[in-house]
Amino acid sequence: MDFAKELDARGLNCPLPILRTKKTLNEMASGQVLKVIATDPGSVKDFAAFAKQTGNELLSSAEAGSEYTFFIKKK
Amino acid sequence: MDDQKKLAIIATKGTLDWAYPPFILASTAAALGYETQIFFTFYGLQMVRKDLSGLKVSPLGNPGMPMKMPFGPKWFRGINWNIPNAIQGIVPGFESLATVLMKQTIANNGVATIPELRELCQEADVKFIACQMTVELFGFEHSDFIDGLEYGGAATFFEFAGESDICLFI
Repeated sequence: MDFAKELDARGLNCPLPILRTKKTLNEMASGQVLKVIATDPGSVKDFAAFAKQTGNELLSSAEAGSEYTFFIKKK
Repeated sequence: MDDQKKLAIIATKGTLDWAYPPFILASTAAALGYETQIFFTFYGLQMVRKDLSGLKVSPLGNPGMPMKMPFGPKWFRGINWNIPNAIQGIVPGFESLATVLMKQTIANNGVATIPELRELCQEADVKFIACQMTVELFGFEHSDFIDGLEYGGAATFFEFAGESDICLFI
């Protein structure tokens, strides 16, 4: 998937992956896609909840080994 | 932005562990678009001091706190050191030692530090209000506290809390 920016949130724990994501999205333009890689197992539910509440669209949420990859389209 | 959700928190605890919930919830709420305010009162004032070294953890009288070492081989880290209260109470510096070990555990787990979370809250425009009455009661000066703090009382708290969607006492 094409993305404009990538955020490495590996090794970070709640709530840092979400806070860094929000901060990064702030620097992006509407419609751009952000790729986030995280290792916090709680981030799967958290990213879905973040997207639902902020209106930024969670395009995909995938798990590979102990890493989670999210693609978020900025509102 | 009248439909913006609001979160009001009262932070009353002055230990390292209890500094986490207010700052985690406030910073996350701000990231979710909430207008957020924290009212720091009584021991909660420790969280907004310039010097955060007063924030410690105490395993004393806290049976829920695991006492595990943040270093060494896995089997060693897994041991829960069940130290009786009576011994904790007479060993000088026990809280400081527990705090050093807790900070190491926090770093090992990729959990943010309190100064980091506090800064993230401020960057996200979380409003901090310190209880003027307890500032005086505990003999603090405004210069003991970080910049950007407002000072007020119970009525100030209700001005925002009365309009809030979520109100938490921590």
